[in-house]
Amino acid sequence: MRYLPHSDADRAHMLAAIGVNTSDELFDVVPADLKLKNVLDLPSHTPEYGVEVHMNALANKNHTGSDGPFFIGAGAYRHHVPASVDHLIQRSEWLTAYTPYQPEISQGTLQMLFEFQTQVASLMGMEVANASMYDGSTAAAEAILMARRVTRRQKIIVSGGLHPQYRDVIKTYLSEEEGLVCRPSNSEGTASIQGTDSIIDQVDETTAAILVQTPDFYGHLHDLEALADAAHAKGALLIVVVTEIVALGLIEAPGACGADIVVAEGQSLGNPLGFGGPYVGLMSTRQKFIRQMPGRLCGETVDADGTRGFVLTLSTREQHIRREKATSNICTNAGLCALAFTIHLSLLGEIGLTKLAKINHANACKLADALAKVSGVDVLNKTFFNEFTIRLNKNAGQTIQALADRGIMAGLPVSRLEPSRDDLSNLIVLAATELTSDQDIANLIAALTEELS
Amino acid sequence: MSMNRKGRPTGTGSSPLEAINKAALLPSEPLLFEVGDVSHTGVDLPDVSIDDTRLGGFKRKTPLDLPGLSEPENMRHYVRLSRLNYSIDAGLYPLGSCTMKHNPRLNEKMARLPGFADVHPLQPISSVQGAIGVISELAEWLMVLTNTKAVAMSPKAGAHGELCGMMAIKAAHEAKGEGHRNIVLVPESAHGTNPATAAFLGYKVVGVPANSNGTVDVKAVEAALSPDVAGIMLTNPNTCGLFEPDVKKIADAVHAAGAYFYCDGANFNAIMGVVRPGDLGIDAMHINLHKTFSTPHGGGGPGAGPVVLSEALAPYAPVPFVHSSQTGLELVEHVEGSKSFGRLTAFHGQMGMFTRALTYMLSHGGDGLKQAANDAVLNANYLKSRLEKVFTLPFGDQHCMHEVLANDDFLEGTGVTTLDFSKAMIDEGYHPMTMYFPLVVHGAMLIEPTESESLKALDAFVDTMLELATAAKAGDVARFTSAPQNAPLKRLDETGAARKPILKWVRE
Repeated sequence: MRYLPHSDADRAHMLAAIGVNTSDELFDVVPADLKLKNVLDLPSHTPEYGVEVHMNALANKNHTGSDGPFFIGAGAYRHHVPASVDHLIQRSEWLTAYTPYQPEISQGTLQMLFEFQTQVASLMGMEVANASMYDGSTAAAEAILMARRVTRRQKIIVSGGLHPQYRDVIKTYLSEEEGLVCRPSNSEGTASIQGTDSIIDQVDETTAAILVQTPDFYGHLHDLEALADAAHAKGALLIVVVTEIVALGLIEAPGACGADIVVAEGQSLGNPLGFGGPYVGLMSTRQKFIRQMPGRLCGETVDADGTRGFVLTLSTREQHIRREKATSNICTNAGLCALAFTIHLSLLGEIGLTKLAKINHANACKLADALAKVSGVDVLNKTFFNEFTIRLNKNAGQTIQALADRGIMAGLPVSRLEPSRDDLSNLIVLAATELTSDQDIANLIAALTEELS
Repeated sequence: MSMNRKGRPTGTGSSPLEAINKAALLPSEPLLFEVGDVSHTGVDLPDVSIDDTRLGGFKRKTPLDLPGLSEPENMRHYVRLSRLNYSIDAGLYPLGSCTMKHNPRLNEKMARLPGFADVHPLQPISSVQGAIGVISELAEWLMVLTNTKAVAMSPKAGAHGELCGMMAIKAAHEAKGEGHRNIVLVPESAHGTNPATAAFLGYKVVGVPANSNGTVDVKAVEAALSPDVAGIMLTNPNTCGLFEPDVKKIADAVHAAGAYFYCDGANFNAIMGVVRPGDLGIDAMHINLHKTFSTPHGGGGPGAGPVVLSEALAPYAPVPFVHSSQTGLELVEHVEGSKSFGRLTAFHGQMGMFTRALTYMLSHGGDGLKQAANDAVLNANYLKSRLEKVFTLPFGDQHCMHEVLANDDFLEGTGVTTLDFSKAMIDEGYHPMTMYFPLVVHGAMLIEPTESESLKALDAFVDTMLELATAAKAGDVARFTSAPQNAPLKRLDETGAARKPILKWVRE
């Protein structure tokens, strides 16, 4: 067996040293009636080429982003990742290293995390960031729990513009439904701050935090300063969620607008769509809140010779030290996905990220302008970064399926994530990135025009 | 060693430039912010002009302050940094409870097939039947290996899996009108995530003591059970490396009291193909794909923690889950009309880890997985048979499973602690074993070789460990207290780091 080094002679030698005749005897402690007599009903071992045939067959049953025009975003975005990123993360010392609990032999990982934390804080305009969470949705849930700890209040107001699956995760994480107010989006697909959403009107002295996504699930951009002012006036915190991190290359940093906690999905940089995971959650906050922050933190220090080095720090927040008094039960971070993020961002730099963001916005503008000309389509957004919502004159889910059957991934029908909202069933959310070509747009318009006629 | 203007050390060179020149061979590398700068970029992108009308007046004014590097400079930075890391590919990690086995490269190749990597989680289900097929196939392997009826695939890590299992237990109690049960029993030897998870859900954690054999005392469990107990969280094999011989009795007692049995599956590597947790009475068990099923540790993540569930808990499983119908495979994504306790993450889970784990399982087959478990246990017992001449093993009178536990009694009077011993291992080229865990023995050293280590590698490791132990007993204290001397850095001031946290680079 290619992954098992022992020969029969090795095994015999070891059994003799232990003083038993068969390795079965080492399992004598397992009750005899529960020990399996036969090998389980599973396929037996397969050479590499056999495994490849099997996995290739499964892979070939999937339509990929390069198989046709592609416009799905909704929290995961199809961007180009430079070839060197994936090459680097496959180096043994990155791929097969363990958590840096022994810092003297983990300075690669630790220094990289320190750089990552610095980049994330800069992107978000915040004082401090952690070493990553599982993903944006769990980071959002943890941010709410953190806000409750910091303010010692219970009430949370969640904007209707939050990604519906993020909202569902938050509802699952919060053990008390009371105190959780999830504003619905209206049938324009907007979650306007005044008007139906009226988050500001609902903030009071029992509010721990308000949570807003920008750009939101429907693509709209929000006035974070107004929200921060409203929250702070009542002693509450503003939590901002960003699901398309590239947006921060063009829109204002949430920290500069007064956000207290910013969480994001970092997948857009360094990490492929990958059918939903693994992704990389980002979290940042104010320096004064760091002891309430979940997740790993990497800090600078010196060694016995006075040489600069890095270590995991403030571990008394974490489960391996505080056990039931920990801020969260989290053990792993996103490790390799954070590495891919930081490498990609260090290749881009601010010049590259700004250009990338502009191209994304420009392509989305082209897409929106082209769609606005199609009879039966209304573009609903006044503001957007690279993603916006359209309303069709017919059922969106059926239209999306019809286009998919023709090899066009025309966006996300909102009904996929909000099946009980009949008033949203004609809405589609579409994204454009630097990979969206004029030909893709033309093909979409032609096919959509046919479908709607 | 040089200092910057604020008196903070800047690495081993006398300037960042000198450090760069020497760094091809020397183990040090300046920070990204010291070698890159904001006016550089390593990606060719066209300049486009945009009009701001659709940005709502929210265009960015705050400087990004993010340095860029050309590709050659970027490659040097991350290659040099990587050389500061120990890794499985370079050497053995005897880390108990972590299962640091080899990470097969076929896993990486398969995960990168465009048919898996370039697929969006929210594409129409008809266009992703292969991806859902992977999830369904892996789920099938997990259910067969554990003899369970359902598996929640979406948890993103082992601890996330614990949350999933305990949430299912909580939901099950609430559905039966037993929501007042507010206590969870947790052995003192448990991994920290267990009590942290229980507390996270609002449970009161009550400790269960071990008996003198290092296993859970059935009588203590029976005494602790009451109508207020929601469940017990046990690890089997336990964190002392021992199979819990009374596990079935414990499960029966727990069930008789109306409670549920959560099993921490971190040590599943010892028993796969040998005994099935479902037969032991578990109601929920997370499986660490990054331990038992070889997905890479990546410097701390990503992990994946699918949770197998008994019939009693299956109805409460979180969304999404795969369902087979006449038209093909479907994904159930919404809780309406079901008893599911909710959703634990956006999208579907750690798909990249599923492809890797399935590749690993296909490679080994049922026969290979059983052989792997056998070899893992054989290796640990072989280490035990050689180490016990010098090391003190509190439960050494019985065979261990896949890991062997020592305490620091053998170091008594030497002035060398478990920590010092570990740092001296680094000087000999080894990552230390798990230190000070489990908490139930003093100065714990938990050693798990895994099945990936050859006899030669095991013998070399033991030779080193015996030599170190002998040196400690012979009084060579300085060797240990000053270690490590051969690593890129010496011992780091962790107290100082926590007292005055510096969590990012700041422009002077």
